[in-house]
Amino acid sequence: MSEPTSPQPTEAAEPADARASWLAAYQTSKLRDVPFETMSGVPLEPVHGDPPYPGQYPFTRGLHAAGYRSRLWTMRMFAGFGTAQDTNARFKELLRAGGTGLSTAFDMPTLMGRDSDSPWSLGEVGRAGVAVDTLADMEDLFAGIDLSGVSTSMTINGPAATLLAMYVVVGENSGVARADLAGTIQNDILKEYQAQKEYIYPPRPSMRIITDMVRFTTAEMPKWHPISISGYHIREAGSTAAQELAFTLANGFAYVEAAIAAGQDVDGFGRRLSFFFNSHVDFFEEIGKFRAARRIWARWMKERYGATDERAMMCRFHTQTAGVSLTAQQPEINIARVALQALAAALGGTQSLHTDSFDEALALPSEKAARIALRTQQIVAHETGVTNVVDPLGGAPYIEWMTDEMERRAEAVFDHLDRLGNGSILEGVYAGIDNGYFVGEIADSAYRFEREVNSGRRIVVGVNDFTDGAEDSGTTLLRIDQSTEDLQRKRLADVKRSRDSVAVDAALARVTDDATDPSINLMPAIIDAVRAYATEEEIADAMRVVFGTHVEKAIV
Amino acid sequence: MSDRHIRVVLAKLGLDGHDRGIKVVARILRDAGMEVIYLGLRQTTDSIVAAAEQEDADVIGLSMHNAGHLTLGPAMLAALREAELDVPVVIGGIVPDADIDELLASGVAAVLGPGAPADEVVTTVRRVVQGE
Amino acid sequence: MNVRSLPVEQLVEMSAAGDRRATGRLLTIVERGGPDADHITELTHAFSSRARVVGITGAPGAGKSTLVARLIAGLVADGEHPAVLAVDPSSPLTGGAILGDRVRMSEVESVAFIRSVATRGHAGGLALAIPGGTRVLAAAGFDPIVIETVGVGQVEVDITAAADTTVVVVTPGMGDAVQANKAGLLEVADVFVVNKADRPGADDTRRDLELMLELSHVTGQEDATYRPPIMMTNSLDGSGVGAVAAAISAHRLHLVESGMLADRHERRARFEVATRIQARLDITVQEALAGDDSMSLIRAVAAGQVAPTTAALSIFPFSPVL
Repeated sequence: MSEPTSPQPTEAAEPADARASWLAAYQTSKLRDVPFETMSGVPLEPVHGDPPYPGQYPFTRGLHAAGYRSRLWTMRMFAGFGTAQDTNARFKELLRAGGTGLSTAFDMPTLMGRDSDSPWSLGEVGRAGVAVDTLADMEDLFAGIDLSGVSTSMTINGPAATLLAMYVVVGENSGVARADLAGTIQNDILKEYQAQKEYIYPPRPSMRIITDMVRFTTAEMPKWHPISISGYHIREAGSTAAQELAFTLANGFAYVEAAIAAGQDVDGFGRRLSFFFNSHVDFFEEIGKFRAARRIWARWMKERYGATDERAMMCRFHTQTAGVSLTAQQPEINIARVALQALAAALGGTQSLHTDSFDEALALPSEKAARIALRTQQIVAHETGVTNVVDPLGGAPYIEWMTDEMERRAEAVFDHLDRLGNGSILEGVYAGIDNGYFVGEIADSAYRFEREVNSGRRIVVGVNDFTDGAEDSGTTLLRIDQSTEDLQRKRLADVKRSRDSVAVDAALARVTDDATDPSINLMPAIIDAVRAYATEEEIADAMRVVFGTHVEKAIV
Repeated sequence: MSDRHIRVVLAKLGLDGHDRGIKVVARILRDAGMEVIYLGLRQTTDSIVAAAEQEDADVIGLSMHNAGHLTLGPAMLAALREAELDVPVVIGGIVPDADIDELLASGVAAVLGPGAPADEVVTTVRRVVQGE
Repeated sequence: MNVRSLPVEQLVEMSAAGDRRATGRLLTIVERGGPDADHITELTHAFSSRARVVGITGAPGAGKSTLVARLIAGLVADGEHPAVLAVDPSSPLTGGAILGDRVRMSEVESVAFIRSVATRGHAGGLALAIPGGTRVLAAAGFDPIVIETVGVGQVEVDITAAADTTVVVVTPGMGDAVQANKAGLLEVADVFVVNKADRPGADDTRRDLELMLELSHVTGQEDATYRPPIMMTNSLDGSGVGAVAAAISAHRLHLVESGMLADRHERRARFEVATRIQARLDITVQEALAGDDSMSLIRAVAAGQVAPTTAALSIFPFSPVL
């Protein structure tokens, strides 16, 4: 992600000074080589309205003075299914089609730290993402792709350390130093307990692993983002926009407090954080949410956590359109929903965007549907003209009110968590996980929405109104059959047969030893275990014996 | 049999962690007067059989969003047969239309697709319980 | 095979032989009440005092399920065959319920027997279902039997208090100890647990309990030779649960050695018999009120023409002591 090209004043500047410093920053920005005018040839100002301007604290109007004039969002399409070879082919197809970053979806066993041959994995191998058991799978996944030339996002949390270790070793084996690897690993364990439920260990040991990863990447992988703090799954689990905003930023504060407690410098660490939000279908609420996120994050980082580097105050975020808003009924109309959600994300100033495929309420995205989804955001970027003016809605009374309202609602949640944690958001988040606060709030919101749909008070087109034309449209779905599972199990058996089992056992024993000592960084031991072709589940087990497992209370 | 006494075991079978739908369904069934024994995430066929036995379930509801229904649905039915337990199984979640017939043919009592409205959920459960 | 079509005699035999489907079915019949339930009670009455019965209660969110899960896991590890009746409230609006207590006990459910029970709104039903269910479980070979209830509502408190040993769980802060006192839980506790003792305020809660116990000791308790211990448990790592199990065993030993176990059994028997009589009387009263003559008398009371005392005696003649 690009950084501001010149320092900005952090104190509230006089309007004339603010304008001058914005202009200076704008003029030093490298602009895209396209005409910034309407289709009819009307020339356009880069920004309208009052200060603070884009690129100025608290960044409500965007992180960069020139916005999308200098650089469009990254069109990052999430992909993964079947075996590593299957996904490798899809990756290459997306890069050919103009995608500019890779984003890896792993299958459920991989996300949960289970191997493909585990009894737990029955029926789930390669279904909802790609199956990765050992380094051998990771090598196949990125075969023929120059890792020094792409940025890779990996959506994984519980076993994130192991997958990061695999990526590091794949890079090294293909001649790319770890310092040259660019990308993001989601690694946001707190929202797993709150919403997505892909956890392995209890919260506190999980935070220790994350802190180790942050230390490791800070020291050795300067182009890597060690956490992507994710509201996406909170929203998909049924939260409101304000809850998504509040819980996500609270989790962010919790990671900051944990890193500060571990002796990390808030400026050094803060620069490396990024966020991941949902773009749902209520257009203005979403835009207000994105703008409020930047403002709240900047203010808290500066005022509460003492950041002095503006880059550590910037809420950089990836956005994905709302999978949960897609309907199985008349699936083609989802293309329209995705387009509107993509537009909201662009008007909200996202740094990168995944657009969902219209068939996702039915199955994994087919190749055609994934291509249409990418084309949809390309239309927003290149045809609609919304990228010509930075924060084009800024200053409009409704959008400013909505931004303020989202902020007010989020602040009420922060107050609650602060009290719950006796002045620590981190402790408040732990307590909220333990007492079911997050899960209960999300379930309440999800149920309220369902009741509105059921009662007909809220119309979902094609579901409870306008249902003509719902007969089978003949959409061709991507099917992953049982043969993938059988194939992956065979591959795993081959790896297990050919590796040096004495070396594996020794490497795993070291992982367990290091887990018992919180002063030791776990990453080196995990990297060595990966190199020895220890499986993901073996490495998870080596830590499970020390850390235990998390079981959620039944809060419905 | 009155609804007051319908006992439903609700579970996610396997690793799939999408629990928004199953939680909404739990509340829908409770609000229809049923007793929901909520097992939630990460259940095995063994744990569901144990719950169905001990709780004397009238029906088992499985929520599936992992595209594994054609494997896991029949595995659940086989485990119930093994335990000689005669309890109908309803599957809800992301199940493509094309798979519904295969699931029904394998012995699943009913399939509820994505976005099934509350009254369809309730009437399906009642029908399955009364039809046994 | 569908156990639902079998007669209760056969179900009782199968249950005693270890068929869990039969045990599950018997519990359903007992919970519903009626002639079949009474028949089961007659077939299993010899087991009324056979198994150890432990009641565990406390406010919602006190961590009871986690504590019970850990106690049960310890019992299973010791080679015991425990059962749990986990009681949760039904919705007063719809009569439905969401019962989630099994979730934390899944590791032991192949040895232990865990049954979720909804209160189903009518107090008398639960007060009969629990002793009936306890007997079914005892006859099936389970021992001890743990009854877990939310410590709100008189019936839940009564049911828990009818155990051999009653454990009251509180958490630090928010005046939990005071609330427990108001709910009448202090009088019935044989063992106190301050759960989540890792949280701030745990020592204050312990002192509150000690103070209240001191006061009640002065005002006189049934058993001057026993003072309920206050156990501290950590909700995060489960430490202290072993000591709670030991305290429950120690209380039982005290009951046996002091000869008070028989008193507890009689207390439980009296509670059940009284509940049955009350349930029968309730029906009798409703029947007496349903007649046309009764209706006209009630209208007359409402209109101020007849005194309620006269009407009551006229509908249901009884000694006018009250």
